[in-house]
Amino acid sequence: MAETLRVNPITCAGHGVCAELLPELVTLDEWGYPIVDPGPVPPALDRGARRAVTGCPALALKLMRN
Amino acid sequence: MTTALNMSVPHESAPGGAARQAAGLPRLLPAAPEDLRAHLARYGPTPYRGQPDALVADVEASGLTGRGGAAFPVHRKLAAVARAGARQGRKVVVANGAESEPASRKDECLLRVAPNLVLDGLQLAAETVGATEAHLYLHGSPGPEILRALAERAARGLDRLAVTITQAPPRFLTGQETAVVNRLGGGPALPAFQPPRISERGLGGAPTLMQNAETLAHLALIARYGPRWFRAVGTATEPGSMLTTVYRPHARPQVAEAAIGTPLRTLLGDGDGAGGPGAQAWLVGGYHGTWLPLPDAAGITLDNASLRRFGAAAGAGVLAALPSDRCGLAEVARVAGYLAAESAGQCGPCLNGLPRIAAGLAELAGRGHRRQIRTDLERWSGLVEGRGACHHPDGTVRFVRSALTVFEPEIQRHARGQCSATDRAPFLPLPQGMPTSEEDWT
Repeated sequence: MAETLRVNPITCAGHGVCAELLPELVTLDEWGYPIVDPGPVPPALDRGARRAVTGCPALALKLMRN
Repeated sequence: MTTALNMSVPHESAPGGAARQAAGLPRLLPAAPEDLRAHLARYGPTPYRGQPDALVADVEASGLTGRGGAAFPVHRKLAAVARAGARQGRKVVVANGAESEPASRKDECLLRVAPNLVLDGLQLAAETVGATEAHLYLHGSPGPEILRALAERAARGLDRLAVTITQAPPRFLTGQETAVVNRLGGGPALPAFQPPRISERGLGGAPTLMQNAETLAHLALIARYGPRWFRAVGTATEPGSMLTTVYRPHARPQVAEAAIGTPLRTLLGDGDGAGGPGAQAWLVGGYHGTWLPLPDAAGITLDNASLRRFGAAAGAGVLAALPSDRCGLAEVARVAGYLAAESAGQCGPCLNGLPRIAAGLAELAGRGHRRQIRTDLERWSGLVEGRGACHHPDGTVRFVRSALTVFEPEIQRHARGQCSATDRAPFLPLPQGMPTSEEDWT
């Protein structure tokens, strides 16, 4: 089932780990906050997406079922 | 909020009772504040239906939408909360009268002149969804009229649920739905991220119906006179009337009830009609609203179908005609500074972007700005849009982007070191002494 990445902008503290672990889907804005690809996570990036979610120190990144 | 502005309520003298109701507008605003006796003489007792859910079909047929700004269909919220199972025996209704938008005065006015209509609507909504508690959320301390209405109704045993009043802190975002729930729960009035719908899990986890104060007043009239009566004014797709707060050149700010679909020109035309400076642009929907160019937008009407063509929406009914003798850029920069200061500071893009946008606008409002500032403003706008837990960045960007388009000629003038304004007095109202400390959220 397709999933999308969502960032909780309140808990996100701009650590930037997600962009490091998953540059294919996450870039950082000029203040260091993630801009997340809104589309479904491609199967090839599924593992990377899960690593980014578990790697977020603020627990701000989630995979959401569509 | 102080009452530095004088409000007047335009009305036509009309006979009382149902005949008056059939006559058209105003529906919500009596000529003078009505106490319970006058209210009962005009409308009779609260028309309880005797069972939950009974009013939903009438509200659906009326086409009533929320008057707090989002214009969400009221029957859908009613049905959702009516359907939801109570949590630990608890279901909640909230009348939201916080009206945190500093330019909006319509709910304050309504609660002053027709408090019993709002309270009728609150009780009827409570019956409809099967609520066990009722709240009234207000900006500032409750006025004497609402306190008197509550006391008189309690003395007569008219209300089925006691109403708890909670005061909102004087911040822009404290009327936002999730902020209200947080505040009523004893926390700070801060927006939350992606909560479950409050109709499922709101205050204390209980299903919660929240409606704007004006919406509840309309509901109280629909319960009495029915959907056909409600649809007698307004447009087919956006029926009824709405309260507006109107700012015009050389005129006192005014709270006016208008049929949806009324030409904006009727509401925003020159105050004196002769001699005074006309308007150079219209602002529709308040500080999260949209600037409209004149004369291009002069034919527009007060309904979202018409306003949408200019990317605008009626919102909570704040309408302003900026006088020709003011600097639009100075006005926009001042308001943007306020909006930046009113960021809850919870989300990085809003916290970082809004002050930069405000500073950029302040530069445009000065003379001889850097060329690059226009592209900076566009980039920052794109970076904050859609990236907040609430819609504060989105609304701010709507206001800013429309201003950059509408006031483009003035930007060019300022670039050459000129300004067309002859009057430097601020036109759009802001709260005095902008609060910025953390404690202001409670």
